[in-house]
Amino acid sequence: MNFKELRGKFRAKKVSAKEAVESSLEKIKDDKLNIFINNFEKQALSNAEYIDNNFDDFKDKPLSGVPIAHKDIFCTEGLPTTCGSKMLENFIAPYDATVVKNCFDAGSIMVAKTNMDEFAMGSSNETSYFGAVSNPWNHNLVPGGSSGGAAACVSANLTTISTGTDTGGSIRQPAALCGITGLKPTYGLVSRWGMIAFCSSMDQAGPFSKDAFGCAALLDAMASYDEKDSTSTKRDNINFEKSLSKDFGSLNIGVIKNIEKLGISEDVINAYETSKTVLTGLGHKLIEVDFSELSSGICSYYVIAPAECSSNLSRFDGVKYGYRSEGEKDIANLYMNTRSDGFGDEVKKRILIGTHVLSAGFYDAYYLQAQKVRRMIKVKFEDFFKHVDLIFMPTTLDQAFEKNRKSDDPNRMYKEDLLTIPANLAGLPAISFPNGFKNNLPIGGQLIGKYFGEDLLLNTTNKIQEVTDWHKMTP
Amino acid sequence: MAQNDTLIKGWQPVIGLEVHVQLMTNTKLFSPAKNQFGEDANTLVDLIDLGLPGVLPVLNEGAMKQGIKFGLATNAKIAETMIFDRKNYFYPDLPKGYQITQLHYPIVRDGVVEVNGKKIRIHQAHLEEDAGKSIHDKYDDKSVIDLNRSGVPLLEIVSEPDIRSASEAVDYLKKIHQIITYLDISDGNMSQGSMRCDANVSIMKPEDKEFGVRAEIKNINSFKFVEKAINFEIRRQIKILEANEAVEQETRLYDSIKDETRSMRTKEFANDYRYFPCPDLVPTNISKEFIESVRKDMDELPEEKQQRFMSIYNLNEYDAGVICADKKIANFFEEVVKDADIQLAAKWIIGELNALLNKHDISLDESKIDATNFSELIQKITDNTISGKIAKEVLEEIWATGTKVSEVIDSKGMQQISDEGELENIIETILNENNNQVNAYRSGKDKLFGFFVGQVMKATQGKANPGLVNELLKKKLS
Repeated sequence: MNFKELRGKFRAKKVSAKEAVESSLEKIKDDKLNIFINNFEKQALSNAEYIDNNFDDFKDKPLSGVPIAHKDIFCTEGLPTTCGSKMLENFIAPYDATVVKNCFDAGSIMVAKTNMDEFAMGSSNETSYFGAVSNPWNHNLVPGGSSGGAAACVSANLTTISTGTDTGGSIRQPAALCGITGLKPTYGLVSRWGMIAFCSSMDQAGPFSKDAFGCAALLDAMASYDEKDSTSTKRDNINFEKSLSKDFGSLNIGVIKNIEKLGISEDVINAYETSKTVLTGLGHKLIEVDFSELSSGICSYYVIAPAECSSNLSRFDGVKYGYRSEGEKDIANLYMNTRSDGFGDEVKKRILIGTHVLSAGFYDAYYLQAQKVRRMIKVKFEDFFKHVDLIFMPTTLDQAFEKNRKSDDPNRMYKEDLLTIPANLAGLPAISFPNGFKNNLPIGGQLIGKYFGEDLLLNTTNKIQEVTDWHKMTP
Repeated sequence: MAQNDTLIKGWQPVIGLEVHVQLMTNTKLFSPAKNQFGEDANTLVDLIDLGLPGVLPVLNEGAMKQGIKFGLATNAKIAETMIFDRKNYFYPDLPKGYQITQLHYPIVRDGVVEVNGKKIRIHQAHLEEDAGKSIHDKYDDKSVIDLNRSGVPLLEIVSEPDIRSASEAVDYLKKIHQIITYLDISDGNMSQGSMRCDANVSIMKPEDKEFGVRAEIKNINSFKFVEKAINFEIRRQIKILEANEAVEQETRLYDSIKDETRSMRTKEFANDYRYFPCPDLVPTNISKEFIESVRKDMDELPEEKQQRFMSIYNLNEYDAGVICADKKIANFFEEVVKDADIQLAAKWIIGELNALLNKHDISLDESKIDATNFSELIQKITDNTISGKIAKEVLEEIWATGTKVSEVIDSKGMQQISDEGELENIIETILNENNNQVNAYRSGKDKLFGFFVGQVMKATQGKANPGLVNELLKKKLS
């Protein structure tokens, strides 16, 4: 049952919220893929009962009666929030993230929190302190990251919707590798309050579902102006679900010129070419755009993101909450040993890089330069969008890869985000959806839209999904 | 370097001050927690002040308005766009591991204040959040942290190195204190830490083109200590340079008990704060309209008040200046003269009251004197209930106890004796007891008149109405 069917049955009183939650929890208990860090049977059942008892209040809400899994980066009041780290293994947040609250108000029931790369730093979900997640299509492969658990959860049909966050591709890349649909909204559409920060200027929460419909409904719930987040933007009358049925007519869609030069695998390129014919079949016009300058984005990203991360993660010092190295004699050793033991290698590596690029004498050469590249990329996108309504490209260079394979080669791993990072640098919305299969493994395609153009992204993806069935495949 | 009277042993001190002022806002700079002093530890702490994972700062517009007021009062430029930066360092009372401050785009730039007729430039004033407080002396075996102060808004006012002596530094600091208290943006209480001062001190020869190497003295918390710390530092640097050694660029602490500055860290061990723009806060645009709305909301400044006092109360420039130096005293004066004689009140405030405040080194609101009581004191002088001399005693008493003036006078029988009959009796007794002097006076020794007045005052413990005593004595002795 997909999201739309499940919600329909709740609304028709054919499946109660409690029954939906029980069914989800049963599957979660049998999970062999290490998708979850914690599940909350008691709270989930009592919340489901609450929604059933107040059926009339919830029946028209976007997520009425549907179980949901939240990425363990969102704070949940009274329940553990680990961010995939030993540092927060026993941390109980005293408040709810705005996303968590919005999803509850929209009628969904949180059943579990999903595994993720530690502090959202990784592209394979292997940096999690709680172990790697397996790809539902092939258990020897990674699901992508950092929202690996969230993507695998929907892919394996344990819930029909889940939340993720995307700083450099952390929603779109695992969506592509797990064969589902995932959207990174425009920076500022979804509140960051209560979402543990990695790179504040790029972090953005977004929805996962099998299809554009589920993503639209979940985004309707997630998006809100939040005065607690100064980077949040006021948007009036958004209804993404409704916009799915709108007719935007024939679009100009930018496609990548000389795509073979980007180091993308043949299978991914083949899927891309097939999707282009689907787009023309839908009446859209394809216009080639030169993407080559955007590939410098990856260098900019790997300066800015570690820089912000080094500062954002300073608060984890063993003094106030979270892991503390015990028996230390002075404050310097408390800091050193708490952070040495509490953080994993990938996180420590990025903190060191970030500290370095912000240091006196290096700031201009790295951080300032990276900001210039970032601005250039924004300008480049603005140029593109003078001529096109959307840009279409593959989500990833290749399909899901084997566990442990790339972990030893950071450059190769970082390159994983080559095609997703530009949208984060520019703050643009982008959606990944399944657009092909090879060797029984999914491939993802990506549409990038204009600022706050989520309605067009979802509408176009929905139209594609009306005429294709890659999103209906199950592992 | 025109003013050579600031030279010490031929050396020219060069001083710049960084003044941290705690702003009096309802809530903290980036959180909804209350901004208050003196509450129980860790009771004024929000999720944001704790630096919990996932929390975000939201700028308090009230603090921004107060920063703009200071800028307007010092003829400074108000930023069209101000940007907050993160200053990164680890300390247990800094929960986020960084302080949000303003480095390159402060709210206020290029201001100026006039101190004793000399212009001292203000390089910038920027908004930043205060840290919490580490308490090391409460328990033997551990240090504890109070986060009530964490996130309290500060305005850091950075002067140019325009100051040339320790006393000028104190005058500048007093001027800043006067401005912020007049604007009502801070209580300026140095002993509670709502105004703190770092001093950058170097020395040079008057003919030198470049400033000497400077030392920064941190966290000086009284006017007196500012003067002492700077003077100590000047002497220390002179000693070093006259021994042909080099002054090291470093941060020093002033020890008020030993009256000396001590090295805290040298440049080599200086923190690298890794400043960068805080991504959680968007650049804030400040429109001209907004600035004008703040200007309309501004309280009277010292010079304006002084002018008004001169025209409304007919005070001379000096008296008006002294009274308006402290806003609390100026307001006090206005309360007092609602019922009391203006010139007499001014005389007593400038003379006796100021003397007491200076002697005890406290501010008016810390004293037991209130305007109604003080006004009564002046009225009692005017209506001849007490003499000026007795009034001083009454003032001492209300200063010490806060008792009402009328009660002091009653309980101590301090009323002036103006009863003619009573005074006549006293005078007659005295004249009878001093026949020799009476005869001498009558035979031309005029100077003895003072002797008789003294005897009457002695007999009445100074309470006799002096005018009446003179009149009666002259009559009796003629």
